[in-house]
Amino acid sequence: MPGRTTKEDTPQDAQMEDAPTSAQVGEAQVEDEIEEDQEEEVEPQRVRILPGSTDTAASFEFIDEGHTLGNALRYVIMKNPDVEFCAYSIPHPSEPKMNIRIQTYDGHAVDALKKGLADLQDVCDVVAEKFWTKREEYNAEHGIAR
Amino acid sequence: MAPSKKASWTNAPDAEELEKRNTVGIHKETVTHNTSVDFPGHVPGEDEAFSLDRFRDGFSVDFHQNDPFHASFSLMGIDASLSNAFRRILISEIPTLAVENVFIEINTSVVQDEVLAHRLGLIPFKGGKEGLHNFLKWHKKPEPGEDAYKNSYDWNTVSLELNVKCTLNEDADPREDDPRKAYHNAHVYARDIVFTPTGAQEQYFAGDDAIAPVHPDILIAKMRPGQQIGLTMHMHKGIGADHAKFSPVATASYRLMPIIKITRPILGADAEKFQKCFPDGVIALDKVSAKEAAQKGSGYESHVGETKAVVADPMRDTVSRECLRHPEFEGKVKLGRRRDHFIFSIESSGQWDSDELFMESVKHMKLKCKKLEQQVMDMVR
Repeated sequence: MPGRTTKEDTPQDAQMEDAPTSAQVGEAQVEDEIEEDQEEEVEPQRVRILPGSTDTAASFEFIDEGHTLGNALRYVIMKNPDVEFCAYSIPHPSEPKMNIRIQTYDGHAVDALKKGLADLQDVCDVVAEKFWTKREEYNAEHGIAR
Repeated sequence: MAPSKKASWTNAPDAEELEKRNTVGIHKETVTHNTSVDFPGHVPGEDEAFSLDRFRDGFSVDFHQNDPFHASFSLMGIDASLSNAFRRILISEIPTLAVENVFIEINTSVVQDEVLAHRLGLIPFKGGKEGLHNFLKWHKKPEPGEDAYKNSYDWNTVSLELNVKCTLNEDADPREDDPRKAYHNAHVYARDIVFTPTGAQEQYFAGDDAIAPVHPDILIAKMRPGQQIGLTMHMHKGIGADHAKFSPVATASYRLMPIIKITRPILGADAEKFQKCFPDGVIALDKVSAKEAAQKGSGYESHVGETKAVVADPMRDTVSRECLRHPEFEGKVKLGRRRDHFIFSIESSGQWDSDELFMESVKHMKLKCKKLEQQVMDMVR
């Protein structure tokens, strides 16, 4: 029936946990988007090391990621002085996959990837903080109350 | 060994060199220096490694406009790969609520069912922010063959109704030829859609917070007496990557800050012609001062009081390159764009405020990285 409501004692995320996993692509995307408060749900593994990789030269496959993350991650990883080479590619446009290749002078490729993801988070914090400060300043200056 | 580590000496590029590296060259028929080169090892002895403090010092924001439907601001000191990520997230990854299922009971109008459903899907809706962003969650589509209403609850489905019937207006002049006056409900508008709250929606979407079309005057269909539309709609949360109707922005784009450099004086009638090569307000006309004329080698000698062209507001330029087509300006002007100055323009479709959307895209990017960081750790384990 339309407009059904859940009983107060039923946790909302239980609805999604009970659902059987299916092979449909659309579903994987939905699960990807589930918000933080539903994190107890087991997320499928979306990152793997491709065969043929060594400690200092590895390729990683990301499922359900694209140019948005690929290029940003490539940039911060290239900023790491221990990294000799980093590039990303989307092998085929109809597969939801993104590959990243990392070769290092020193240390593990996995560590360079981890550092890249951590640096990106730091960048986001700085951008958000500065953006909000400026927005508040601009709104105060122009009498915008929202 | 990393080349930057081998070098015991360190160089810092001077201001001129930095400006050169930060400029995308725009010439008559080509665009040059369009890739970033701020990577360690690109220039021997230079330290270009990522450091959060350096990023924080170099990064700045400047607001130009901040309305709910249009925000414009500059991000400076950030690479294209990062600002492009924010732009892409704005368009395709921030969730909004839109009509997903239309249950048509009767449709005798000339608009076919599927066309009508498509039109309804594209109407942007607004509602209480708390309810839209925190209360409403994802809806899981029922499997083929399952009950269409399965998985629909007050926390993931918003129900709307549209019931209109066109009738003859008995009070109208029989010779009246405006159908809107001659008939009742000849035009069906977005404002005719009725929101039917269920369960907790009554608290989250009460009064001004009710789910309603952003623009009440959107024309959905036209009818004649005897025709009727009766349908129920289910709205779900979705993302722009799935369907454009879920995209929270009408446009989200950026352009690079234009640079216009007058390298040799442009004087007199040429200055006026030069001004006309650009949009209004980009080039201003000024008089050559005595001080400038006194300066040897400035090119202003013995031109006191003449008109000269000066750059007033390069941001308004569209970089049409018109000035490069005229021989009289050859060698006198250089065009370019600043590689790390992004002028963003975000137009919201109404469900979010435009500035709020950018914040959301940054938050989204961070969350994405956080989740993947965990995934990488799980992968190693």
